[in-house]
Amino acid sequence: MKYLIILLSSLFILLSARAQVQVLGSVRDMKSRILAGANIAIKGSYDGTTSDSTGHFSFKTFEKGVQTLVVSNIGYKTVEQQIDLSKEFGPFNVALKEEISELKAVTVTAGSFEAGDKKRAATVLSLLDVLTTGGANADISAVLKTLPGAQQVGDQEGLFVRGGAGYEAKQFIDGTMVNNPFYSSVPDIAQRGRFSPNLFKGTVFSTGGYSALYGQALSSAVILESIDLPEQSQVNASISTVFLGAGFQKLDKTKKSSWGFNYGYTNLWPYFQIVKQGVDYFTVPEFHSGDANFRIKTKGGMIKYYTTFATSSLGLRRPDIDSLVLKDAFGLNNTNWYNNLSWREFLGKGWKMNLGLSYSTDLTKINQQLQDQQNKPVTGSTAWMNLKTYSLDNTANLSQIKLVFDKRISGISVLRFGNEYQYAYNKSIYNGFSLPLKDHYYAAFTEADINITNELAFKLGGRLEHSSILKKWNLAPRLAIAYKTGPGAQFSFAYGDFYQKPENNQLMLTTQLGYTKATHYILNFMKTTTLQTFRVEAFYKKYEDLVKTFPSINNDGTGYAKGIELFWRDRKTFQGMDYWISYSYLDTKRDYLNYPGQLQPNFAANHTASLVLKKFITKINTGFNFTYSYATGRPYYNIKYETSNAKYVIADQGKTIDYHNLGFSMNYLTTIFKSYAVIVASVTNVLGSNQIFGYNYSQNGLYKEAITPVAPRFFFVGCFLSWGVDRRQDAINNNL
Amino acid sequence: MKTVKSLNMKKILFLIMVLFTTLANAQSKYEAGMGKGFEMLKSAQSAEDMGAASAFFERVADAEKDKWLPYYYAAYANHLTGWMNPKADKDKVAAKSKDLLTKAEVLEKDNAEIWVLHQMITVQQLTVDPMTRWQAYGAEASDYIDKAKKADANNPRIYLVEGQFKQNVPEAFGGGKEVGKVLFTKSIELFKTFKPATEMHPSWGKDQAEQMLAALNK
Repeated sequence: MKYLIILLSSLFILLSARAQVQVLGSVRDMKSRILAGANIAIKGSYDGTTSDSTGHFSFKTFEKGVQTLVVSNIGYKTVEQQIDLSKEFGPFNVALKEEISELKAVTVTAGSFEAGDKKRAATVLSLLDVLTTGGANADISAVLKTLPGAQQVGDQEGLFVRGGAGYEAKQFIDGTMVNNPFYSSVPDIAQRGRFSPNLFKGTVFSTGGYSALYGQALSSAVILESIDLPEQSQVNASISTVFLGAGFQKLDKTKKSSWGFNYGYTNLWPYFQIVKQGVDYFTVPEFHSGDANFRIKTKGGMIKYYTTFATSSLGLRRPDIDSLVLKDAFGLNNTNWYNNLSWREFLGKGWKMNLGLSYSTDLTKINQQLQDQQNKPVTGSTAWMNLKTYSLDNTANLSQIKLVFDKRISGISVLRFGNEYQYAYNKSIYNGFSLPLKDHYYAAFTEADINITNELAFKLGGRLEHSSILKKWNLAPRLAIAYKTGPGAQFSFAYGDFYQKPENNQLMLTTQLGYTKATHYILNFMKTTTLQTFRVEAFYKKYEDLVKTFPSINNDGTGYAKGIELFWRDRKTFQGMDYWISYSYLDTKRDYLNYPGQLQPNFAANHTASLVLKKFITKINTGFNFTYSYATGRPYYNIKYETSNAKYVIADQGKTIDYHNLGFSMNYLTTIFKSYAVIVASVTNVLGSNQIFGYNYSQNGLYKEAITPVAPRFFFVGCFLSWGVDRRQDAINNNL
Repeated sequence: MKTVKSLNMKKILFLIMVLFTTLANAQSKYEAGMGKGFEMLKSAQSAEDMGAASAFFERVADAEKDKWLPYYYAAYANHLTGWMNPKADKDKVAAKSKDLLTKAEVLEKDNAEIWVLHQMITVQQLTVDPMTRWQAYGAEASDYIDKAKKADANNPRIYLVEGQFKQNVPEAFGGGKEVGKVLFTKSIELFKTFKPATEMHPSWGKDQAEQMLAALNK
């Protein structure tokens, strides 16, 4: 019995030693909001639990004495608290502080549309979006025109953003500016961009208020980031109604480097045989383009080189507006060579470097001739008629270097600074008369991204520029603030001064000019979820020092633009369907060139809207894409020199009819000759709406002629094949 | 009566003693902890249960400090909550899964099991918005499969998750049912000979592979 008592008592001791205590508490954030799912543990033991949906927790533990209670939750700083389990069991009310993290932190969105496949960024458009926007024919600018802020200008290339002319929008590839982003201009016919969307993994379309890293653009910056290493080696080929192409891309076995090249030949002769054009092409448009690249992964970064060489020729003839019998023949030959070398590297200790070098040379030869009915050159009856016969050779070379350093200061705040140097050489030979122009342009910039909390961020910067041809400095301040009001919802404000050199053709006449200037104020509200984006933006832009060409060439031009823009993208409401709607209201006037006063420029419509619809039907491996664009009529003027008063006057003016365009494309994905193939068919202006972009006037002003597209529609059928990597991965829709 | 009673008491006491010694010695604290975790994992009926299992493994891992398996299971269980709760914010779930898996990776480098789980987490994120995420996440997922195969080509779970991914990719894109069948068959073959390093090492997936194959053969 004694034996039994000892045993029992020892058992009792053992059991009491193992007695559990209950620990209670709750977890909240610094704003007293409930945090569910936080992990609570006694340090060094397995005991603990997670907080429930009310933020409360309770658990039993065998631990005794002074212990450390550890409360952790992803995105928050872990809290450790000493507790004495022999005395107190709670409630332990713990407050966690949110970590400032890139995933949660607010970013400035005023003025910019982030596009591309950056994983969690406010992605608006991806490469796939560019390839599958109905009627855009895989032209980046055409897709950007479906976003708010851009005008539906169809008679000249370029992006006309918020009352700005086409030349006020600049494109940047891996940080450096592109001199000739579009194929050479042809009167009244917009040209495509030179660069294939496949080259880029990300696109930021900034309609104002952009970073101090970019200058020399009054209205807009299109910031393109090129792709890194391909996924695997591949061979590709393409055949279509207008071009043939082939290419090769080799990825090194170690997956550390790659190289490749492509060649494309475009000839519109077969197409013009089937689809009649409104103008007489005596030289059918023909393009050769070759490109090559290499990419090398470095220790903490990447070196990338890309070059493209292209030649093009075309010639077209139109009836002369001042004569019933004569014609104007326009001939164009262009050679363009573009090189871009970039190196980005993490240097350690929070330092990052971006080096960009680029060189481009562009030679355009234009031959304009007045011809008779037999297409023979003729001499006009007056001096001004004879101005219609000329030759113009234009050379544009641009060399540049840009070096940017990033230094992480604290948390995710970053200080960025750098330098940029450009040497531009331009030469125009007009009827044998040479006008060379050289400019050394230098810029230094600095910018800080400061995240105060996850809810509040500032971007503060400035840019100092000097141009040798203008012999002037300028200093452009930039400021942006972003404030998060709720999950996925935020306000941003951006302000900035932007300077741009006058255009070359103006500088060739006089170098006694200063910078043109625009000041932007932008207020933006954005609400995003993974599959939906709502954005509204109001802006005011003030133009100063625009170039006037009369009475003398000076910087007395002024102007303004203000408006409001809406954007809604939804990939959620309709199963398997993606659509976006954009609307822009614009009120703008400017006095520049030979305008007799402030006028709404002829490239600006008051209301512009687009609806883009995309639907992929997995069953038949086919995607259907529609884009409908609408714009109210644009003003047109006949600004005529009145000899009697020695000034320019508006001899006639009006407004064009509203613009409608329904574009359609479909992509069918299949396998041909063991290759992954995409067959694309597309047509612009499906409904054949009458599109008028403006009017040309005869010299005497008695006759005007509508500027219209050369053909009501453009049809395209093409087949893209690739062996190796499955490029049609691009096109897989919601079938996963 | 007395004798009988005391005998019975003695027997009971003896049994209690035996039980105690077994509990105390036969299993280490870690093994017992892992055992409890596996039990929670197996019996989880809801995302909450699964989340609790994940949190438990995380506590075991944090306490042990030098063992990768509890972090692996914490990541695995957390990943499963993303599928069990249809309303879950998969990006948030994935961020946590990755966070836990990274901790496992610090302790265990280049293990096929870890690469497989990385792939699963990436695919989960891809499904949030396949249209825009396909490019980046699809490439990342196949990269993990490559890495897993390099680390241990005979791990059956590699072919299971690869099959799960590829069977949903249309045939024209190099996926489809037939590709799925081949991969599931290979996975099942490998399961026949696969032996986990210890009882605690990952051994899941055989049933899933069989179910997947059966579903495709229907």
